[in-house]
Amino acid sequence: MMYRRYRLSPMWREMDRLQREMTRMFDEFSPFRLRVAPAYPALNVWSKDDALLVTAELPGVSSEDIEVSVVGETLTLSGERKPDELKNGARYHRQERGYGKFSRTLQLPFPVKVEDIEASFRNGVLHIYMPRAEEDRPRKIAVKTA
Amino acid sequence: MTENVKTMEVEKQEVTATEDTERTRDCRCFVPRADIYEVDDQIVIVADVPGADENSIEVTLEKNILTINAYVEPIAPEGYSLAFAEYEVGDYQRSFRLSNEIDRDKIQATVKDGVLRLYLPKAASALTRKISVKAG
Repeated sequence: MMYRRYRLSPMWREMDRLQREMTRMFDEFSPFRLRVAPAYPALNVWSKDDALLVTAELPGVSSEDIEVSVVGETLTLSGERKPDELKNGARYHRQERGYGKFSRTLQLPFPVKVEDIEASFRNGVLHIYMPRAEEDRPRKIAVKTA
Repeated sequence: MTENVKTMEVEKQEVTATEDTERTRDCRCFVPRADIYEVDDQIVIVADVPGADENSIEVTLEKNILTINAYVEPIAPEGYSLAFAEYEVGDYQRSFRLSNEIDRDKIQATVKDGVLRLYLPKAASALTRKISVKAG
């Protein structure tokens, strides 16, 4: 294949440089540009062939205030973090911990066996164990020699 | 300066390494979010340390620096791989400078559901005293 070479005017060279500069600038700022308000709580999802494990850090939420439900292939996690009940006359010097209601839904990669889901809450960390539905598990197919 | 956050934040702030110290544990270290409030005769520090329990939290008081260290073992369930991660697990560390009005011997700490509470009672000398005004 042959490339025809055109003589570029210095103006175009300058335009190319500007374009490269812009691209670099957009790349540099993209993490900020694409960042949306993060949903609470942050979730980590562990998976293997036949099960899923979802973990979330929910410090200060009591286990009665957490609700976990699975409908179809959607996991919903909701609850409320309550503020400390303060006596009259108490005043805050600093308040960095937020409180309020939260709700999060997660699309699961495969259907799960709803009756075997186990959720535990220890030291402010929630673990939800979800085994994969039997009918959805990968099956090994034996290859026979003909 | 008081900083007030009304919404729940998921982003964890990492401890910035000071020039002369290095961490010996190979995991991340975060600054726990904390509330500090004052009720009548004590100051209460409330800090979020999810994953830490009474055996893995150390509270030390050296001179007038109160340091919270919470060690959290990262989980790695057998056979699983991390498919999707929004947060990282790590230790927590934060220090507070106490004023002289705290009674150092009576500091108490409790932990429940991943929240550490430190109760710092004020020394008797620092309590507000009411001085009755007599007609003279």
